[in-house]
Amino acid sequence: MSLPETLTVTLAHYLALSGVVFGIGIAVALSKRNAIAVLMGVELMLNGVNLALLAFSRFGAFAGGTEPLAGHAFVVFVLTVAAAEAAVALAMAVLVYRRRETVDLDRISLMRW
Amino acid sequence: MSRFAAWQALRAMGPASFPIGVRARAVPRLRGLRVAGALAALVLVAVSIAIGVVVVSGVLDGRWYDLRDLGIAMAHLRGRLDERFDPAVSYVASALIGATGILGFVGLVLLVLVWVERRVLARMQIRRGPNRVGPFGLLQPVADAIKLIQKETIIPRGADRLMYYLPPLLVFIPLMLVMGALPWAPRMIYLDLNVGVLYVIAVSSLSTLAIFMAGWSSNNHYALLGAMRTIAMMISYEIPQSIALLPVVLITGSMSLGGIVEWQADHNLWLAPMLPLALFTFFFASTAELNRTPNDIAEAESEIIAGFHTEYSGMKFGLYYAVEMGNATAVAALVTTMFLGGWSAFGLEEWVPPYAIFAVKVSAVYFLFIWLRGTLPRFRLDQLMAFAWKYLIPLSILNTFVVAVESSIAARWEVAGVVSLGLITLFNLGFTIVAARAWTRALGYRPQRERLLRPRLTTAVGGLLAAQRLQREATPDSASGA
Amino acid sequence: MDSPGVVAAFWVLSALTVGSALAVFLSRNLIHAVVFLVASFLGMAGLFITLSADFIAVAQMLIYAGAVSILMVFAVMLTPLAARDNANSLFVLPGVALGAAFAAVVGYTAVNVDWPQVAGEALDARSFADTVRGIGDALLGPYLLAFEMASVLLLAALLGAIVLVREDRS
Repeated sequence: MSLPETLTVTLAHYLALSGVVFGIGIAVALSKRNAIAVLMGVELMLNGVNLALLAFSRFGAFAGGTEPLAGHAFVVFVLTVAAAEAAVALAMAVLVYRRRETVDLDRISLMRW
Repeated sequence: MSRFAAWQALRAMGPASFPIGVRARAVPRLRGLRVAGALAALVLVAVSIAIGVVVVSGVLDGRWYDLRDLGIAMAHLRGRLDERFDPAVSYVASALIGATGILGFVGLVLLVLVWVERRVLARMQIRRGPNRVGPFGLLQPVADAIKLIQKETIIPRGADRLMYYLPPLLVFIPLMLVMGALPWAPRMIYLDLNVGVLYVIAVSSLSTLAIFMAGWSSNNHYALLGAMRTIAMMISYEIPQSIALLPVVLITGSMSLGGIVEWQADHNLWLAPMLPLALFTFFFASTAELNRTPNDIAEAESEIIAGFHTEYSGMKFGLYYAVEMGNATAVAALVTTMFLGGWSAFGLEEWVPPYAIFAVKVSAVYFLFIWLRGTLPRFRLDQLMAFAWKYLIPLSILNTFVVAVESSIAARWEVAGVVSLGLITLFNLGFTIVAARAWTRALGYRPQRERLLRPRLTTAVGGLLAAQRLQREATPDSASGA
Repeated sequence: MDSPGVVAAFWVLSALTVGSALAVFLSRNLIHAVVFLVASFLGMAGLFITLSADFIAVAQMLIYAGAVSILMVFAVMLTPLAARDNANSLFVLPGVALGAAFAAVVGYTAVNVDWPQVAGEALDARSFADTVRGIGDALLGPYLLAFEMASVLLLAALLGAIVLVREDRS
């Protein structure tokens, strides 16, 4: 069964979706006070990037694309880095909390000019 | 005669003479009973012979009525549907039938296992267990469920409504998803994923968050404590649990659960003797994941009331209880699939329906769970975490390394499978013993040197330690050596 | 990509993902935000499955929904005196404007650029049946150096996290 052309899902759909998720991630990361909430925004951004990578790996026809699963391998690296980043960043949040009893980024202004 | 002596006398007469309940009145023996029994036995033998003849003659193979593998009947049904309708219809129909089967199986298992667990545990603790509702108390779970449904559900003041309502439902999702991936027979797999092993681990890790939601939203100290303890424990034990599955994947060369079972069936070999350390690690880590004794830190009635579901009452509590049973079944099924050959039983699966073999194995592993619960005391939280991080994780990483070397050697070595697999089995058995002993010694554990001559009753506070101290005082020469 | 199941799955899952991501921004409670974040991650895993990336989807479930979210829960629980209200900072307007602008630009580009796409049989060939083998070959073949560096990075992060939050007993 084939659907009308307007209903099919193409690369553009996935890319637009990844852009939206990335945008929401930017908004969360820039406008939240709590350091942990900022980290949530960063994770959302990484998710959007992963979606774009996988969409290109599925649909894209590029001259250099000899390795069909290169996008997947990239996403594996992104996941690895995200896990490491989350561990270290949350440890830093806990450490900052121990020193200053707050994780409010507006009040951690030691290095602000 | 004191009451204690009377009790002892009763004990000596055996459990049947316990003065519990009303003894059943002796039923006058029916004369026809023996005749009927003999006839039934004859019919049974005849039916067995008929089944044997039919199976051997091979008329069944691949027909829709070959009920040794329900997947064949399903495939025929899908073929029929595909002839007449759109492929989507057969897809939806088979999905619905499979989902109904899984749901029905889980419901049945939950009803039966509550009874089994309570009865077996009671036997181990020398008591009777539920025996009043229905024959042998078989209807006890039904009565419990009706009671729980009737109870008032109390929502604690200050609870976070949405997050309080969701978890009892959310914890069911991982259970169902794991159940869907199990291979029951060669073609009886609802969801045969290429990444089955990883999928099972990933899906079962999702229940952690539901447990946290339950504990946090209850607005209760004990619930939150229980939830945080659960999360710490489950996160720690997920690591050895998933590392313990790597040797299985390395040996079989497949990450799909069906593929793992097929490898074991092809080689007429169970992975349990080949990978004893992985089996132990997976089994123990699973008991931690399931919050079962000896690792029921999460609930620990004597310490934090009931852990994360302290504030849940009525059927919500009943759902948690049911999920606990269901998860134990799912893990037993996973142990069976990975290490005990799944539906294969050295050729027996040609005769007996493979799903029956699978069910028998799962029940055996489940019995082991009950046995552990009846035997072992609870670990302390720090002991449990130390056991995971200092003992299970290093040993399982080492085991993975050893198995990787072995399997790469076996892949390059031109020799019969029996020889290489046998050598791997022998080496792994030896390696397990040596590594476990060496690592325990490296961590500073010494087996007790002094022999406790006989158990001593003491009224001193401190239990076994006090008893040992008393014994040392009684025999001063042995105390110097300790 | 025109089977009705995939299309329906795409729209449902993208609604779930975007809705939960918005809920992360809007919710007034940090714990709720974490829960919505997990819902968003799971929706994203479903989208990965529609892209026939089963291994990545399962890894996403395991790493993001299973581990990173739990880390966040722990971080929230270990900072008991900090505010839990998920409040916005002074930069809320620029932040939202930047996010919306980015989404708009990417959306416009995605819709209006004529991407070099595969179609027909080549697209069917890309619906991989088994990605695990391919990813393994890629990781231990052309990307071996990056793979090793990633493992070193993980080890460094592990040690760093332990060293950072260790309490001095002295």
